[in-house]
Amino acid sequence: MTIEATSNILETVQFDGDGYMADPHAWTPEIGEAIAQSLNIELTDRHWVVINFARQEFDANGEAPTLRRITKTTDVNTKELYALFPGGPAKTAAKISGLEKPTGCI
Amino acid sequence: MENGNGNRKLSIISSKGSLDMAMPPLILANAARMSGIDCDLFFTFWGLDIITKKKMGGLNVSTVGNPNMHPWFHIPTIMGVIPGMSAAATWMMNREIEKLDFPPVPEFLEMVMDAGSCVYGCKMSMDMMKLTKDDLVEGAEVLGAMEFLELSENAQVLFV
Repeated sequence: MTIEATSNILETVQFDGDGYMADPHAWTPEIGEAIAQSLNIELTDRHWVVINFARQEFDANGEAPTLRRITKTTDVNTKELYALFPGGPAKTAAKISGLEKPTGCI
Repeated sequence: MENGNGNRKLSIISSKGSLDMAMPPLILANAARMSGIDCDLFFTFWGLDIITKKKMGGLNVSTVGNPNMHPWFHIPTIMGVIPGMSAAATWMMNREIEKLDFPPVPEFLEMVMDAGSCVYGCKMSMDMMKLTKDDLVEGAEVLGAMEFLELSENAQVLFV
């Protein structure tokens, strides 16, 4: 996706003051891709393992999974999670997955 | 409060080794790393139990001199000395910790280290307790208080 296409997609998306999507239901994989690009993260298959799991959990429970649940349930371990989502995986992964600011402590 | 890279930084000094005092530094360090804040941990005096291989898996809750046993039940100090009281309180707290999906102390420490926190044992306390680096969990380093404070330059320092 070109930078231009990315910024066009993001122009149509509403964000809250902290940079999280205002409406998680409006998220699409293309929007996720564009948000990642704006955070200088190139998404790989391993990122998508986390993103898809987070979206599944959100669809099922209405909230983002904790990092502990991600590392316990998927095959992505803590070290890899931090490498995939620099700058704090709780925040970065939630932003890219279009989910609300995480409130869990673990 | 920033380190040289422009990131916020936290330095936690952990001085108590009972189970209820071991959790806060670990929870705070993990929360810091999850939200992109750098965080190092310095374990001193009884806090060393948290990173000592032989002790870390068996930390206890003290029922004596602990007037706030809520939410389980209140144990008057005079009752707290009865054998088995501490074990019962420890068992209950471990159960509650598990319910909240917090890992047990050894796994929690490993998680925090995997998340990028550096873990240090206080050299002076270790000398006093006849501990060497081999007694500490893998990955932990031994450091003097002055050196830790040097590392904590421009960090927010928390004493637990």
